[in-house]
Amino acid sequence: MKVNDFAFRIATVNGTGSASANGLLMQAIFRMGVPVSGKNVFPSNIQGLPTWYEIRVNRDGYTARTPEFDLVVAMNSATYDRDVADLQPGGWLIYDSSWPMPKALERPDITTFGVPLARMCNEAFDGSRERILMKNIGYVGALAALIEIDLSILEQLLEEQFGTKKRALLESNYKALRLGYDYARSTFDCPLPIRLERMGEPDDFILIDGNTAAALGCVYAGATVGAWYPITPSTSLMDGFRAFCERFRKDPETGKNRFIIVQAEDELAAAGIVIGAGWAGARAFTPTSGPGISLMSEFIGLAYYAEIPAVFFDVQRTGPSTGMPTRTQQGDLLLCAFASHGDTKHVLLFPADPNEAFHFAVRAFDLAEHFQTPVFVLTDLDIGMNDWMVPRLEWDDAYRPDRGKVLTAEELEQIRVFHRYLDVDGDFIAARTFPGVHPSGAYFTRGSGHNKWGGYTEDADEYTEVVDRLANKIRSAANAVPQPVVRRNDGATIGIISIGGCDGAIIEAVDWLAARGIPMDYMRIRGFPFPASVNAFIAEHEIMFVVEQNRDAQLRSLLCLETGVAVERLRSVRRYGGLPMSRKYVVDGVLEQLDDERAPALLDENHGARMEVPA
Amino acid sequence: MTTSISKPRVHHPGLPVNAIGLTRRDYEGSMSTLCAGCGHDSITAAIIRAFFELDIPPHRVGKLSGIGCSSKTPTYFLREAHGFNAVHGRMPSIGTGASAARGDLVYIGVSGDGDSLSIGLGQFCHAIRRNVQMLYILENNGVYGLTKGQFSASADIGSKPKRGAPNRQAPIDPVLLALSLGATFVARSFSGDREQLVPIIKAGLRHRGFAFIDVISPCVTFNDHEGSTKSYRFTREHMHEVVHADFVPPQREIAVQYAPGESTPVTLHDGSTVTLHKVATDFDPTDRDAAYSYIRAHQNAAEVTTGLLYLGPGAPEMHENENTVDTPLAELPFDQLCPGSAELDRLMDRYR
Repeated sequence: MKVNDFAFRIATVNGTGSASANGLLMQAIFRMGVPVSGKNVFPSNIQGLPTWYEIRVNRDGYTARTPEFDLVVAMNSATYDRDVADLQPGGWLIYDSSWPMPKALERPDITTFGVPLARMCNEAFDGSRERILMKNIGYVGALAALIEIDLSILEQLLEEQFGTKKRALLESNYKALRLGYDYARSTFDCPLPIRLERMGEPDDFILIDGNTAAALGCVYAGATVGAWYPITPSTSLMDGFRAFCERFRKDPETGKNRFIIVQAEDELAAAGIVIGAGWAGARAFTPTSGPGISLMSEFIGLAYYAEIPAVFFDVQRTGPSTGMPTRTQQGDLLLCAFASHGDTKHVLLFPADPNEAFHFAVRAFDLAEHFQTPVFVLTDLDIGMNDWMVPRLEWDDAYRPDRGKVLTAEELEQIRVFHRYLDVDGDFIAARTFPGVHPSGAYFTRGSGHNKWGGYTEDADEYTEVVDRLANKIRSAANAVPQPVVRRNDGATIGIISIGGCDGAIIEAVDWLAARGIPMDYMRIRGFPFPASVNAFIAEHEIMFVVEQNRDAQLRSLLCLETGVAVERLRSVRRYGGLPMSRKYVVDGVLEQLDDERAPALLDENHGARMEVPA
Repeated sequence: MTTSISKPRVHHPGLPVNAIGLTRRDYEGSMSTLCAGCGHDSITAAIIRAFFELDIPPHRVGKLSGIGCSSKTPTYFLREAHGFNAVHGRMPSIGTGASAARGDLVYIGVSGDGDSLSIGLGQFCHAIRRNVQMLYILENNGVYGLTKGQFSASADIGSKPKRGAPNRQAPIDPVLLALSLGATFVARSFSGDREQLVPIIKAGLRHRGFAFIDVISPCVTFNDHEGSTKSYRFTREHMHEVVHADFVPPQREIAVQYAPGESTPVTLHDGSTVTLHKVATDFDPTDRDAAYSYIRAHQNAAEVTTGLLYLGPGAPEMHENENTVDTPLAELPFDQLCPGSAELDRLMDRYR
């Protein structure tokens, strides 16, 4: 019996309306108070290709992706082979039995249930569109019976979705839900040994994706200019920003917009617009992905050297080149850290989930304006596009934006001569001015060589003086980025280091290993340049594992470069095929490189961890 | 060692002052470091005069450029204006962003033919499409000066470099391009013809939306020789003025030169008037298609058509299209931007 601890996968064809049915499942389980995660594994395509939706429930809150499925709903005959193969021994397979069962679905160690979804929907509904759409709601109904999803919650959600305005559609959905539910109840032994049980009201939690949360962060930070070129998987960030602005940023009297969104001709222009707006004193940002950062690199160097605030959201996807646009990766670390030619280094933030994406979005604008430099918020497709169960977003009304050193007209009136790049306070940050404010504030912004007075230069000493200050300035930002989160385990001598969306998988792996006598301290880095606490953690541990989602161990490289730690002390654990990190891979990676005689036995256990057949 | 040379600000008591009490000197910048006799310096002088005569406070101007000889020139005018020397071919996006943040300033962008027609062709086109509120001057010499004389995309077929083979690729005519993209203010002039250029710049500065002026500006070092179609001599011999524009700002009267012949007064979007002198009686500067054909016809006869070539009815500029508030976005107070904790709390109920 596995109550509130299992995973299932739904295989469908994209463009057939399964996304909303899968969202319905997620939301219903969420409202039952059961920790849940959903991973949308979708193609870069509009209609007709295979797509999967994976749901994991776990009463202990371990909701990282798992590659081990207890149940599969196989609605796409094109992927039957693979869907059957991925099922755990002893698992359950649900397929559309409107047609005879194909050989591909035969497997002796699983239980196969046929639900004639197409036949039932053809009989119950008119029109091909409704018949196709309602099959999805049909499998939701069947699952509700099999794993005990609260039917009243599902009905409530449909009611909220369609309300009184789309009564006919609501009735169709109710009907399809019941078709699947009643068929399963009357045909199979419901519920299955894997099933859900209410865990109370999830009052303090929400279900939200990272792009939406980051967009909300931009609104709350006071960003007024958004420029972008559409690119998967970042697009929904700007969609979200527009939607929130329509709600919160209309002048109540005139109905006019307190924001502007410019869809640029390419990412180069998007970066230019953000930098132009930042130069003129607006908080501006662009959401993009790796290919966009490649194109923006020229402008990123300009913003770094001319000291112009700009916020970049890199919702990472699988590279290089076009790569796999609908798969996740953490492959842009080095690209963003050193984007553009010449000596550059940039401030990076690494949120782990949508809640942090919201807060780090706000932080990014503060850091960008305080340090007058580009700041990158690195999320990924998994954080950006999947729904995560996270604590409700909260806002402190005492917050005021850190605009950095900006001289007002009154201050400029007092100043005889203004020099844009003169470090008056000795903190490596020079004051800036906005155009149009005061005649004394004028200066010439350039990406060409300039001296501390703001003049053009080709002089070695003058050039060096400015770029040395820039290096110091970025170094000082290490004290301002979010501190790492460290989870200690009693008796740990080994460390594990990671960033961003690997968090859930690592916490689960660390707990799993600790329970088996291998305690580890875990540090999740949240910002770059690395704060001193990162060096301290490294100094405390002789051996550390660095977990990340890219082929070339980019985080490890960055740690070696920045902290001087010997590469032998950092053992690399990587997974970069485009799917989110799982406990299984972290445990494997650690045990395979751990000098411990218990490792082989534990590896066996890790591989068989979920193989116990439910009673 | 600083390679820019600041000009001493000497105020002669006899210098004429404009309506806001400034002399023409107040509109100057650093000393030019371009080659002596460069056409770009004449354009700079025309820009200075235009701003002076329009009584625009220099600090209310944003002056933008890309990379190249032309893009150095914003240093040489309006020292009290914020300047932005962007990266090569990317000035239009900087202008878009600056205008997005502070739409209340006057923006002037100076670019060249390499900057606008090769590396920055896309940005140039899309700034026109967005109808960003700015005057865009293309200082066109058909050659890459800073890298020592390669052809640009505006070089004519048959144009000969100082050394090497003549150009065989068809040129891009920025005026025809701007016309085809829907620009509502399209003009062409010649750097050596200040009488024509100053009024056109003034009209462009007052135009609502994107105003484009292509200024033929011979390169004295690399392209002012026999065989070049962008030389002083070639242009003077082949120039064909169609419309002479005189600009009368509503703030005060200035002396206007009236040429004999037909006149077409056109009211600009800000209420000021531009008087067009039709040098060629068959030319109508408010007819886009006719302008296009006219320029093509003269191009076929190896003539460079100059003047205010097209002035269209007002198309909404970027801020009008985006329905933004009147206050510049960069000046909106934070409490008008941040919805606060109570709204967030309400919003969170939608994510359950």
